[in-house]
Amino acid sequence: MGEAIVITSGKGGVGKTTTSANIGTALALQGKKVCLVDTDIGLRNLDVVMGLENRIIYDLVDVVDGRCKIHQALVKDKRFDGLLYLLPAAQTVDKSAVKPEQMKKLMDELKQDYDYIIIDCPAGIEQGYKNAIAGANQAIVVTTPEVSAVRDADRIIGLLEKEKHMEAPKLIVNRIRNHMMKTGDMLDLDEITEHLSIGLIGIVADDDEVIRASNHGEPIALNPNSKASIAYRNIARRILGESIPLQPLEEVNKGVFGKLKKFFGVR
Amino acid sequence: MKKRQNVTIKGTKDGLVLRLDDSCSYEELKREIDQKLSANTMTQEERHLISVKLEVGNRYLTEDQREELKFLIRQRKNLVVDDIESNVLTREEADRLRTENEVVTVSKIIRSGQVLKVSGDILLIGDVNPGGTIMAGGNIFIMGTLKGVAHAGCFGNDQAVIVASSMKPSQVRISDTFNPAPDIVPENEKREMECAYIDEDRQIKIDRLQVLIELRPNLTRLEGGH
Ligand SMILES: Nc1ncnc2c1ncn2[C@@H]1O[C@H](COP(=O)(O)OP(=O)(O)OP(=O)(O)O)[C@@H](O)[C@H]1O
Ligand SMILES: [Mg+2]
Repeated sequence: MGEAIVITSGKGGVGKTTTSANIGTALALQGKKVCLVDTDIGLRNLDVVMGLENRIIYDLVDVVDGRCKIHQALVKDKRFDGLLYLLPAAQTVDKSAVKPEQMKKLMDELKQDYDYIIIDCPAGIEQGYKNAIAGANQAIVVTTPEVSAVRDADRIIGLLEKEKHMEAPKLIVNRIRNHMMKTGDMLDLDEITEHLSIGLIGIVADDDEVIRASNHGEPIALNPNSKASIAYRNIARRILGESIPLQPLEEVNKGVFGKLKKFFGVR
Repeated sequence: MKKRQNVTIKGTKDGLVLRLDDSCSYEELKREIDQKLSANTMTQEERHLISVKLEVGNRYLTEDQREELKFLIRQRKNLVVDDIESNVLTREEADRLRTENEVVTVSKIIRSGQVLKVSGDILLIGDVNPGGTIMAGGNIFIMGTLKGVAHAGCFGNDQAVIVASSMKPSQVRISDTFNPAPDIVPENEKREMECAYIDEDRQIKIDRLQVLIELRPNLTRLEGGH
């Protein structure tokens, strides 16, 4: 039985889709069989970030409505040897096209075939959110070091804690800019974790390479020479149960990565 | 043989006390009250009202019956029922009294969008985050940081207080008064071990929690201690 992990945030634009793509990629790099599920119906873009847009034939709504079988809708990522698949969101219908029970059934089926199902959740706390969490048994909350994003993360964590079928949510702080934290212009990590009091599973620097990579449909986790890539790979290893201390962001340069690479045997 | 008295009347300095037998029927009781009050030639021709207290023993009176008795007695010109004393409580009333007087302990973080409300006092082991609300009919004690909204005495108790290990509320309310946080809070200000209460000018004041020892002696529940 696989694990279904929903990537959520409350606030929009904090990096859910980027995180989903990269955690999925990093888990596949670890040899796990992964299915990415885009539940942002009407605003899909996980396929774009993964560079799989042109190969979509069917989508999630086609599957739940019975117009096709699951395997027909799954888009295979050729960069991985049958380890990474994407179930794209529908673009033409709206969020109410799917019900939580249908999502749960779908996730239960996918869990039979995959080690990890990474669910990209839409922003907000309405129908789309409810669909995304319905079949998940773990949650990762993404925030940025801004007051409004942390406030929304707190709201989401409160909702997630009420879900009996899920484990305690974990936190990723994304788009950290060291100089701003140092000058006190951004919330620092301690403030955020103390405030939200849930386990931190990773921190990711604000890195132009992330945007560049997404625009080329090549998730940054595929590129070993960037700090963000190491961050995502570390998150994947923590999901797999390894205990890897948080990397102080400034220390993560190529030199350190060289050592890490040897240590972990990353390709 | 003299018939047993179901209603005995006693005069006190505050007015009249009617002791009502609790084993006769309610109808009987009504009849006898009526008789007794008309027979009783208390020629108090004064205009002022005389207060009456009913002692009903182990009888349970419904709300309607209470009203009926009050009405019956009120018809005697200058008599008015001030108080009805019964030994009997409904389970409902007992529950209400219990919840109003108990301290509920909760261990959690009240997050944005969440409301925790109790009718008595609350002891929270955790924080109230911004956007979260904690409400109590009585006092609020927070072993953690108050960053959201706290409303003590929410059914109109001015004596209620709010105590927090770290007091950084976005708003505190007590009874019907409220106090928005100052717009500018000096950074890194500790605000530890503080309390909020309503002062003589009906303003909410925030101070060291030790001031409550003098201001709210009723917070001490221990009886007969040393
Ligand atoms: N660590 C990062 N460094 C730099 N840019 C980033 C980082 N993470 C995300 N971004 C950029 O931020 C933007 C928003 O990211 P993304 O689309 O992943 O957010 P989202 O939470 O999925 O948004 P939505 O709520 O609209 O679904 C994108 O342009 C993305 O490339
Ligand atoms: Mg997205």
